Amino acid sequence: MEHTEKEKVIITVVGKDTVGIIAKVCTYLAENQVNILDISQTIVQDYFNMMMIVDLTGKAELFGKMQKDLDEIGDGIGVNIKCQKAEIFEMMHRI
Amino acid sequence: MINIGEVIETNQMVEHENLDVRTITVGISLLDCGDSDLSKMKSKILAKIMRVAEKLPETAERIENEFGIPVVNKRIAVTPIALVGGSACKNEEDFAELAMTLDKAAKAVGVNLIGGYSALVSKSMTKADELLIRSLPLALNRTERVCSSVNLASTRTGINMDAVRMMGEILLQVAEGSRDRDSADCMKLVVFCNAPDDNPFMAGAFHGVTEGDAVINVGVSGPGVVKTAIEKMHGADFETLCETIKKTAFKVTRVGQAVAKEASRLMQIPFGIVDLSLAPTPAVGDSVADILCEIGLEYAGAPGTTAALAMLNDQVKKGGVMASSYVGGLSGAFIPVSEDQGMIDAASIGAITLEKLEAMTCVCSVGLDMIAIPGDTPATSISGIIADEMALGMVNQKTTAVRLIPAIGKQVGDKVEFGGLFGYAPVMPVNAFSCADFIRRKGRIPAPIHSFKN
Repeated sequence: MEHTEKEKVIITVVGKDTVGIIAKVCTYLAENQVNILDISQTIVQDYFNMMMIVDLTGKAELFGKMQKDLDEIGDGIGVNIKCQKAEIFEMMHRI
Repeated sequence: MINIGEVIETNQMVEHENLDVRTITVGISLLDCGDSDLSKMKSKILAKIMRVAEKLPETAERIENEFGIPVVNKRIAVTPIALVGGSACKNEEDFAELAMTLDKAAKAVGVNLIGGYSALVSKSMTKADELLIRSLPLALNRTERVCSSVNLASTRTGINMDAVRMMGEILLQVAEGSRDRDSADCMKLVVFCNAPDDNPFMAGAFHGVTEGDAVINVGVSGPGVVKTAIEKMHGADFETLCETIKKTAFKVTRVGQAVAKEASRLMQIPFGIVDLSLAPTPAVGDSVADILCEIGLEYAGAPGTTAALAMLNDQVKKGGVMASSYVGGLSGAFIPVSEDQGMIDAASIGAITLEKLEAMTCVCSVGLDMIAIPGDTPATSISGIIADEMALGMVNQKTTAVRLIPAIGKQVGDKVEFGGLFGYAPVMPVNAFSCADFIRRKGRIPAPIHSFKN
């Protein structure tokens, strides 16, 4: 695994669709100077699923705070927001 | 780049299919803690365990947060105590004191179990080995978190029948000592043939003498993930079924590999192995027996069970070895009775018997595990069951084990309750015919021939 891979973080948002979910998350990321590399979304069993890949290169110390802040933002709008290091997904789904 | 489907799949496995890392186990060598003075040895052991494993709980928590994968257990395995304690321990009480030191260390570090109160006696016993084995009823009764294992046989040395005979008696004493708790101390005691040096799973974990000063071994699990994957395979042919199991095992093992590497980096302890076992829990949907049913059996134990299990076990290994270059430990499907709801159900209605379980252990890891038997089973019959299982391991060059719970005061049809991950078990019948004269013979069964394999 290359070291640079470790700095990518996957943010997932799961919950009932509502106005402004993406805006709230993006605003938070912009305020913290976090670059978004990719966004995709889909509906699974009536649930809104969004995934963002963000770049935390050079800002690894932000991870814990971001996890906590986004969790609170999620609570505020009634969705579940998770942050996980991308490495775990790379490991599981790529040979 | 990772896509959303893959992310959803992973999180689904965690949230709904019980994907987790079953254990991060830190192996610690205590070979440098020798001393002829018992109290000095105790302080050396306590200090070393606390120094090496101090960061384990916080490391596990950090990994859980970073990866979003639960780490269920944090554990420690140490050098077999019989090898360490001989110079200071002159009687059973002395050895029991070392067990209490291990218990204290486990509590101080914050791990739920510590393994390695062990002796390796596959050929014969030293005085220290014998004292440790005789101290087991005392040691397990006085401690909460200490696990013990005794290696009684190996393919290279044969079966130490003197030790097998002794263990039958010791097991009953351990059971008697905890009769008010459904003989639960027996859960912390396992006997092996061909015990691996790097097994992260309890009760059999110990830090083998071939290991370095400290090592991190990780045990992954995922019966629920495998079951869910093959639920979609109704009526599929064996090739498709095998492919699905392999792919799933690959993914599960990769999680273990990622966690092991990260734990190794954070704790600055070398990474040893990933044990890719399918380890069930009593939680709904976390059962190896359910996988067998999904493959096509009405209950685990039905005709065809051994074949289905052999296939499952092999595919898990094939997928798993691709996922990590260092696979070790037990690595296969576990078939404990009390820890697997599907097994409990099968045992309760009589679909599975001790004899069928024995046959199943020929094709999977590990052995007769977490099986409650009547408390009035003679010691010689328990030794006979152990000897049979040791013979399977010895001849087939594999690890086998026995972890029986002679439930004192209980009979077939009764139930023993252990709680939590250990579950509950119906008391299973044991063949009532005697093997006493066989067990009373002294000495050892010679190692089998390694040629003429027809």
